[in-house]
Amino acid sequence: MSSRPQIVGSSPIRKEGTAKVLGRAQYVDDITLPDMWFGATVRSTIPRGRITSISFDPAIPWHEFTIVSAADIPGENCIVHLTKDHPCLAVTHVNHAEEPILLLAHPNRAVLPAAVAAVRITYEELPAIYTIEDSEKKEQVIWGEGEQANTFKTYLMQKNQQPIPDEIWQTADYIVEGEYRTGAQEQLYIENNGVIAEYDAETGVTVRGSMQCPFYVVHALELVFNLPAEKCRVIQTETGGAFGGKEDFPSVIGSHAALLAMKSGHPVKLCYDRAEDMAATTKRHPSRTRHRTAVSKEGKLLAGEIDFTIDGGAYATLSPVVLSRGTIHAPGPYHWPYVTVRAKAMATNIPPHGAFRGFGAPQSIFALERHMDKIAKVVGLPPEELRRRNFLGTGDHTATGQLLKDPVDMQHLLTRALEESDYHAKRNQFDRENPTSTIKRGIGFATFFHGAGFTGSGERRLNSLVEIELTPEGQPRLLVSSTEFGQGTNTILCQIAAQTLRLPYDHILIAQPDTGHVPNSGPTVASRTAMVVGKLVERAAQSLCATLVSRGHLNHNYSPKEFRRAAVNYLAEFGTLKAEARYQSPGDIFWDDETYSGEAYPAYAWAVYVAEVAVDTTTYSASVTNFYALQEVGKVLHPILAAGQIEGGVAQGIGYALYEKCLWRNGHLTNNQMTNYIMPTSADVPSIHVTFEEIPSPHGAFGAKGIGELPMDGPAPAILNAIEHATNIAFTEIPLLPEDIFERMTKVPDSGTESLDPAIAGPVFSEATV
Amino acid sequence: MTAIHVTINNQQRTVEAPPMKRLLDVLREDLHLTGAKEGCGEGECGSCSVLMNGELVNSCLVPILQAEGAQITTIEGVNSQLVEGEKLHPIQRCFLEEGGAQCGICTPGMILATYHLLEKYTQPTLLQIQEGLSGNLCRCTGYSRIFNAVQAAALVRGNR
Repeated sequence: MSSRPQIVGSSPIRKEGTAKVLGRAQYVDDITLPDMWFGATVRSTIPRGRITSISFDPAIPWHEFTIVSAADIPGENCIVHLTKDHPCLAVTHVNHAEEPILLLAHPNRAVLPAAVAAVRITYEELPAIYTIEDSEKKEQVIWGEGEQANTFKTYLMQKNQQPIPDEIWQTADYIVEGEYRTGAQEQLYIENNGVIAEYDAETGVTVRGSMQCPFYVVHALELVFNLPAEKCRVIQTETGGAFGGKEDFPSVIGSHAALLAMKSGHPVKLCYDRAEDMAATTKRHPSRTRHRTAVSKEGKLLAGEIDFTIDGGAYATLSPVVLSRGTIHAPGPYHWPYVTVRAKAMATNIPPHGAFRGFGAPQSIFALERHMDKIAKVVGLPPEELRRRNFLGTGDHTATGQLLKDPVDMQHLLTRALEESDYHAKRNQFDRENPTSTIKRGIGFATFFHGAGFTGSGERRLNSLVEIELTPEGQPRLLVSSTEFGQGTNTILCQIAAQTLRLPYDHILIAQPDTGHVPNSGPTVASRTAMVVGKLVERAAQSLCATLVSRGHLNHNYSPKEFRRAAVNYLAEFGTLKAEARYQSPGDIFWDDETYSGEAYPAYAWAVYVAEVAVDTTTYSASVTNFYALQEVGKVLHPILAAGQIEGGVAQGIGYALYEKCLWRNGHLTNNQMTNYIMPTSADVPSIHVTFEEIPSPHGAFGAKGIGELPMDGPAPAILNAIEHATNIAFTEIPLLPEDIFERMTKVPDSGTESLDPAIAGPVFSEATV
Repeated sequence: MTAIHVTINNQQRTVEAPPMKRLLDVLREDLHLTGAKEGCGEGECGSCSVLMNGELVNSCLVPILQAEGAQITTIEGVNSQLVEGEKLHPIQRCFLEEGGAQCGICTPGMILATYHLLEKYTQPTLLQIQEGLSGNLCRCTGYSRIFNAVQAAALVRGNR
């Protein structure tokens, strides 16, 4: 075999990058179709109630508008995600503020805001609930009934299906309790949600727009329009950031625009402005996690009870699967002889929460990694030593009973991360300097893992398909529904194909995701593209090559020129060539949904993140001053893109920890503007030192595992652990804003400060007792 | 409607528009220059950044009347004075090579902010870069690769 150019592992330029730097990339709002109209949404102004009347201000020339209500829906009035609880348009009741009720379209975009304001809707208000605690009381049942009242989903995950024996609690040296909370977080992609829809009585519905999962939108349209899938065509346009925020929501806005297109007889563009996008679309689920942990005086975890609860908002959307990932990640990369996770997703009258990078894991990992530092203090061990005594390693079983067969070395990762960050020297330095400084500095870390791909039997159900065709010029073109939204899908999949086919990277083309032309390679979520879809691209490329070779068009040792000649000759003889590869579940992967046990993910990425912080005791603001991100992610396909993923995720994690707070009043987001919802700017980010350990995984293309979500998990607990080091205050909730720090720092000592000295505090250490 | 005379990317244009129409909308709707993007509509995100008489402005905050007689440079004009055969301005090339563009929606504004920064400081320090770009939000990169791209572009410029 001729020497292969190393394309995988190098950093060729981004496939669609030239169009992006030239400003020529076409995002949905850059596209204008002939005779196109514009859409707008009339939304509820109350969080919960019965609609009593709808009237139209006669000052508006309504005959110029198309008005769509639920009565215009040809199929079911439902946006289908996992369950059928989510109306496309509200009819009699609304369950959250900003719930869509009517849709308007007009040829002139500028007249729409006034028209929306001129629709008068009256309501009989019903009592609304806004918190997990109110939802748990079930005094107001806003979703489901009986056992399911206000409860979208519950899980009970018990290691080996065994409850924790009572004697463990009776004999443990320490029992450490803690409660931890995380807030909602806005994805804040810079391009808002937007689509353009067309309708044709013959051919059906076409929706193009900003999205992650074109086939999810097809699925939603089938139900709303009562059309077969082949009459629901969905095309992804260049997408200006997504982070999960364009996983489930495009099904809503896509259905809305398509209804307006059908009734108006025009293509309709429906693009939200920032205020509407922030107020009405999904956010990261707020969470509450309670830990109760039995520990020996040597610092061995004996048993853990974890209650993990998320606020799903008013409809189920993806909450059951967000809860699932959060549940499986809740026990972290540690060995637990016994662990029980009780998890539930509750309903509130808040706009539905949805997918956001990490998908439940950042919430439960935040809790665990804060709790591990607390346990370390109670036991009297350094935080790194406590973790060392409990890390999972090769040959161990995770909390779901999964045997870790691939090499795992958290001990080494921790040693390396602490060395690279000069952790011990800095910890000593800050301890020495802090007493005489108004700026309190601290260093802390988090150790964690993140599963790649769909949870459990998810990949088997997705049954993804990838195709590669030859263009008439003899160039291979990848056909996938996997979408590019900045993370590098186009580039890495072309690298994999180029490497497999031994062709230059520039010779590989990738088609625009258009469900009329590409097969369903699954949604672009769950850190699955590099590992799962990448592997399918590799297999399809092998199959393409094998066909050309077996038909005698190609020798084993070919040059790119010979490949192209062979391809053209093949096409002249046979017309077309399309190779495909369908997902095959690895034989040793088994998951049992009933007992919540088995192989939760085919592969995990493992990481240690170290944060340095400075807390200004004059302004009470905390900032991250330095950050080290070390991870083992299998083979790194594209070092520049991979580091970019980590750096971007860390910045979002810093925002999650210290800046980004959703302020709700009566179920309305009150800071639905970039002016007062603060994400990190270029002046707020520290140096982010990214390093990779590369242990090729047998599951992914060329040994790759998933990395997209991993960097969202570690920053928040590492930062709060560092802030505890700096201030000696154990904060348990994010986001942690200056006003929160002010409150705790200025609190008088005897009004509830917790002592962690075992001699004083006794055997049980609980936030609840404070 | 008012007739507004502006020079856009070195071309003289006359636009008939309501005087309070946003420069951003004039660029995108009337002149079909869609490189400037609307991210927030209130001057926070910088994705609509253009150069107006050499200054970096948020085109969503500029009424077209205010642009009467002005020289405007958009992303479409950044590479207009390149020599034959060069497709990309060095700043664009550095963003491409250094991984400074991910989803690309902030990229046109980011490149114009960099252009402006490098006019002000030929060899900016990291702090000057951080401050110079702080009006342009990027949600994808964590900014690190953008800083690299700016530093690389400054080097190219220094070597010319």
